[in-house]
Amino acid sequence: MHQFAVDPLYAHGVTLAVVIIALARVLIAFAALMGSVTLMIWFERKLISDMQSRIGPQRWGPFGILQTLADGIKLFFKEDLIPDQADRFVFKLAPYLVLVPALITFSIVPIGGSVTVAHHTFLLQVADPPIGILLLLAMSGISVYGVILAGWSSGSKYPLLSSVRASAQMISYEAALGITVVTVILASGSLSTHNIVVTQADGIWHWNVIRLGVVPFLIFLTAITAELGRPPFDVVEAESELVGGYHTEYSSLRFALFFLAEFMNTITMSAIMVTLFFGGPAGWVPNIPHLRWLFPIIWFLLKTTTFAACYIWFRAALPRLRYDQLMDLGWKKLIPLSLGWMLIVAGFIASKAWGFGMIAALLLGWLLLDQAFRLGQKRAASLDSFLPTVGERPVRGDLFRKRSNGEKA
Amino acid sequence: MANALSFFGGFKLTFQHLGRARVTTGYPAQKRAKQPRQHGRHVLNRYEDGMEKCIGCELCAGVCPADCIYVRGLDNPPDHPVSPGERYGYIYEINYLRCIHCDLCVEACPTEAITESKMFEFSFTNRADAIYTKAELVVDDAGLPKHLPWEDWREGEAAMTGGWMRATSPSGSAAYEGLTQWSGDLGVGIRAAEGGQSENRDDDATGSKQIRESFPRHLQPIDVPLHLKGPQKLISDLKELRNKIQIRRLHE
Repeated sequence: MHQFAVDPLYAHGVTLAVVIIALARVLIAFAALMGSVTLMIWFERKLISDMQSRIGPQRWGPFGILQTLADGIKLFFKEDLIPDQADRFVFKLAPYLVLVPALITFSIVPIGGSVTVAHHTFLLQVADPPIGILLLLAMSGISVYGVILAGWSSGSKYPLLSSVRASAQMISYEAALGITVVTVILASGSLSTHNIVVTQADGIWHWNVIRLGVVPFLIFLTAITAELGRPPFDVVEAESELVGGYHTEYSSLRFALFFLAEFMNTITMSAIMVTLFFGGPAGWVPNIPHLRWLFPIIWFLLKTTTFAACYIWFRAALPRLRYDQLMDLGWKKLIPLSLGWMLIVAGFIASKAWGFGMIAALLLGWLLLDQAFRLGQKRAASLDSFLPTVGERPVRGDLFRKRSNGEKA
Repeated sequence: MANALSFFGGFKLTFQHLGRARVTTGYPAQKRAKQPRQHGRHVLNRYEDGMEKCIGCELCAGVCPADCIYVRGLDNPPDHPVSPGERYGYIYEINYLRCIHCDLCVEACPTEAITESKMFEFSFTNRADAIYTKAELVVDDAGLPKHLPWEDWREGEAAMTGGWMRATSPSGSAAYEGLTQWSGDLGVGIRAAEGGQSENRDDDATGSKQIRESFPRHLQPIDVPLHLKGPQKLISDLKELRNKIQIRRLHE
């Protein structure tokens, strides 16, 4: 097994220099995240316009790279409306409940290896708490509150519908997400993101995406896309059905905060995916003195950008799922699959015999489940599963006139 | 299985689009070629000798559905006439807050005095600027529309100001194709007739070539008409050259 390291910054007690370094890490991470969000929004708009044979943003800065800044300034100076029916305190609170978890989640992402500045060696990540990756699940749980409260406190029907959708969707997919994370933890033997990355550092064959079979990665990718509410799982913001989504009643800076959080989450989740499955900053490092610390960062950025581009590609290529399709995919496919795969991985970690035993057991389980779904579907189609009709259905005009004249239609 | 593959078809298609030509243009910096009959800001034309064409008959004001034109005619001063007719347009005002660019005034005009350019980007910040008087509408001594500071003129928008007139005058009918039945303009002379739907057209003179040639660039290879690609293009190019020569002979 690997020798797991704790953050070496805190190994020799807390001095002023340690505090300064810790604060600097927070500030730099914050600034980098904010900067990358503006770039991400620009990147998304530019790439999706390329995929649709359009030009996209082009007015502000070279290639329109400052478009997000211009949009931000515009939103900042817009009138901040609070609807009459809104619950004012919760309405104001909700955007921050979405934004703050998005910021906190990024703190557990290892961006590079370790660096030594002024005799202090420290990790290139804001924090490496022992609970590590559980923070991701906790924070995504809290950000659901932001969405629910935003929709509820707006005092408007469509945002409420949207937030109900959001809560159901996020809870459904969180299960598959959590189980997949457990699979990764089983293989790494640690919750700490730093240690998860360290166990994958020995080359491409040690990356979790290959070591665990590709399936957990695919489940994680799907579940996290749904968790983010990004296309094709963006029923929460289905404009054609819900006017806008949970943020319909928001304007000005609060509206901007929702979008900031959304894109920040996209970046963070790409980074988390790289951390869990693609070895984080692991990669080839040439032996250049004084610059060796730079290459892990470049690898990390490259991998994260690739996933960000993937999300954008999803958005360009896939149509939005219907709500029942979304739920079917989550409950009937992803959760059983992730659960089964976790058991197989656990079996193989124990011994080969257990592993193959698990595969056999799961094949049996799959047959049973399939049969159960089939029976369930048959039942849904039978007559007695429908609700009794309430009142009369609207009838055609001519029939209605005949009926009201006392004739037999 | 076919369903699953068609699912990935979307990824393939969007990826292919990365390499395709863009269908939009970078608008304020770059404009698309305009249609030959585009309705834009009006101009009041003058004869080749510098006389104004407007005779102050007020037919344009009468026909205007938006009530945006105000005209007052006055008898021509005998010693220095403004127009060759009995009267001339003494006051001519168009309120662009009302104008809907229907070009009914162009159709109504008996002397082809009022036509429309192709320029429509002239947002103003002052209500008074919305009312164009003779000072703004009448073409300058070179026969070109006046360029006002708030107007966004580009190349080709001041040319061919009589596109819609050429299409609606009697000569625009198929029987008179290639023939003109309108007076000459200051600085331009007699404008060429519009080719219309037949092969017998003078594209350079009417300004319609540009649009047809520039359009295929925005199409996907599969959508480009047959006569605009491959050996067919060569044949159609030669045909057009022949037509052009024929038209030139006709003019001579």
